[in-house]
Amino acid sequence: MTDILLIALAMTLLYMSIADRLQTYLYILVLQGLILFGTTYLTLTDVSTLNLLLVLLETIVFKAIAVPWFMNYLIKRNKITRVTEPYLPNFVSLIIVTLIIVSTIILSGSIEDKNLDKTFFVVALSTLFTGLYLVVSRKKIISHVVGYLVIENGVFVLSLAIGNEMPMLLNLGIMLDIFASVLILGVFFNKIGDVIRDPDVNLLTNLKD
Amino acid sequence: MTGIFLSGAVLVSIGLILNRNAVVNYLLVVGYLTLLITTTVYEYINQGITQLVYFTSDSLGLLMLIAMTIVSIPAFYYGYRFIATRNDAPHARGLFFAAMVMLITSCCMAYLSNHIAVTWIFVEITTLSASVLIYHNRSMRALEGVWKYVFLCAISITFIYIGILFLSLSLKSAGVGEMSFKVLYENHHNLNVFWLKLAFLFIFTGFTAKMGLVPMYTAGIDAKDKAPAPAGALLASVLMNVGFVGIYRVYAIVAHTPLKGWANSVIIIVGLLSVFVAAVYMTRIKNIKRLFAYSGIEHMGLVVLGLAAGGVGVYAAILHIILHTFIKPTLFFQFNQIYTIYQSKSVYDLGNYFRYYKTGAFVVLLGFLSATAMPPSALFVSEFMIFQSLFQSHYVVLLVVILLLLTLIIWGFGVNIFKLLFTPAGQINEDKLPYISPWESLPQFVLLALSVYLAYNPPAEFVALIQESVKLVQ
Repeated sequence: MTDILLIALAMTLLYMSIADRLQTYLYILVLQGLILFGTTYLTLTDVSTLNLLLVLLETIVFKAIAVPWFMNYLIKRNKITRVTEPYLPNFVSLIIVTLIIVSTIILSGSIEDKNLDKTFFVVALSTLFTGLYLVVSRKKIISHVVGYLVIENGVFVLSLAIGNEMPMLLNLGIMLDIFASVLILGVFFNKIGDVIRDPDVNLLTNLKD
Repeated sequence: MTGIFLSGAVLVSIGLILNRNAVVNYLLVVGYLTLLITTTVYEYINQGITQLVYFTSDSLGLLMLIAMTIVSIPAFYYGYRFIATRNDAPHARGLFFAAMVMLITSCCMAYLSNHIAVTWIFVEITTLSASVLIYHNRSMRALEGVWKYVFLCAISITFIYIGILFLSLSLKSAGVGEMSFKVLYENHHNLNVFWLKLAFLFIFTGFTAKMGLVPMYTAGIDAKDKAPAPAGALLASVLMNVGFVGIYRVYAIVAHTPLKGWANSVIIIVGLLSVFVAAVYMTRIKNIKRLFAYSGIEHMGLVVLGLAAGGVGVYAAILHIILHTFIKPTLFFQFNQIYTIYQSKSVYDLGNYFRYYKTGAFVVLLGFLSATAMPPSALFVSEFMIFQSLFQSHYVVLLVVILLLLTLIIWGFGVNIFKLLFTPAGQINEDKLPYISPWESLPQFVLLALSVYLAYNPPAEFVALIQESVKLVQ
């Protein structure tokens, strides 16, 4: 069951690479949050109830509800146009993301470590690299934020792989999630919306040498 | 004492944010400085003790802490001068000082932490407080700077976290469930080499954002450029040291494993590229503040080269970064006075500084000589030792390339600095020049003199602390 959920997570990445609308991104983020909730519930069997509750709360309340809702609010309030504006055609994006997934599978095949659950490793790394790819291939600042959230999700999967042995690291991961997302989204994106309408990275190219 | 310090710092920052009265704000800052100095003295007297489980005053942390305390006193003074010359809202003033307090506190905690996860938490807090400082001017460009800084630092922090996860995987085979540096050093022979390799790569890349090395150095440059100069001075010195401490402690684990050679080659590539990038930009940029920032990239490159060369290089690397902590802020502090006179950062608008503000011009000249490591200055000693260690480890070609790049850097730096000092200024209204008291540059002379003193006549305790830190690696 865990494997099915993780594979579903990898499939959302493919969908994400061809999504045209910001709204679709948000739906995918909600879906990813729910998938992570399921995976967490199935994987973390050894941790204390309190810890498990914290993790579940984070995936459901934070990842699946609060962040997408807040981003939706930002998009509406700042009247950001609804197209994602990629630099590359969607078809190329699809191929690149597929290549990312295939190469992480090949990479993990070369690792011989019985301590490692390969599915977790493959999905985590491909989510991570897809997130990085989204950051560099999209023009809008808000798509960069989406890319960053996808990276966070990848890291979360990775931390689940060792969550049973080291709950402390898992909690740290949650802290990272909340801290960085709040910092990036809350404090900051509001301000960008105040100063520039329809934010685009091309407007942020004054600082250079 | 760490507990008192931490809670005191939090209280002071809250007080600074809530309070609108200027006098109370300054009193709070003075109170915080007293607390910081007391803590530093206490940690120095009680070397090696562990407080609050996660904070140990070991030699490396102590060195960085003392250097930071010394730099933070003038930083607050120039912060006060900076705020006093502007008409900021009381709220903005409080926030500025609160962010400086939090930045210094979190740097201090990151130095002293004995657990990689705790270091990581405080590195996060440095990002938060630094972003408040960068955004102080509330302009479009400051916004751009802070956005890039926050985003890049968030990614780099994620990288460090992934590295920590891999590190825990490598610990699995050793059967240890704890991740303090001490446990890691003790179990270095049991660590799984493959995961350790990945962990080192990720943690190293993550910390380069703070230390200012290729590949993540870019955000730091914008940050130092856009932050007010006193804050820029902190970002260019004590915050870079946080990155160094992180890298050094992880390198100390790797250095005891068979991975040492591999890690050294990674570090050498990064160091060389950093010096190269600094050389390329310093020969062509015309923004004096960014010039200072890139000079920091060059020095960090040299520091890691010394670290990788081993032998006397490790000692030289630590000496170099400590001396750099005193020298680079001097230039940033002086920048405030340059800006007061010319109202510009562009080299094209600057000139004849000797005529407009003689004392400051001497600081710039001495600071330039120090930052380029000319013989009578402090960094010459450590840089010479780094070259020596590179030569001894048979990196002769590398050494030649580095020396060529350094020549380029001296040329690029010199052209701009001499333009500022001697050639006529672009446009300046000589009737309306603001008067700056020569005494205002005194702390800068003190810092430069201190660096020279430490380099040529180091006190025995100072040398002992560095040697103690070197033992972590060798």
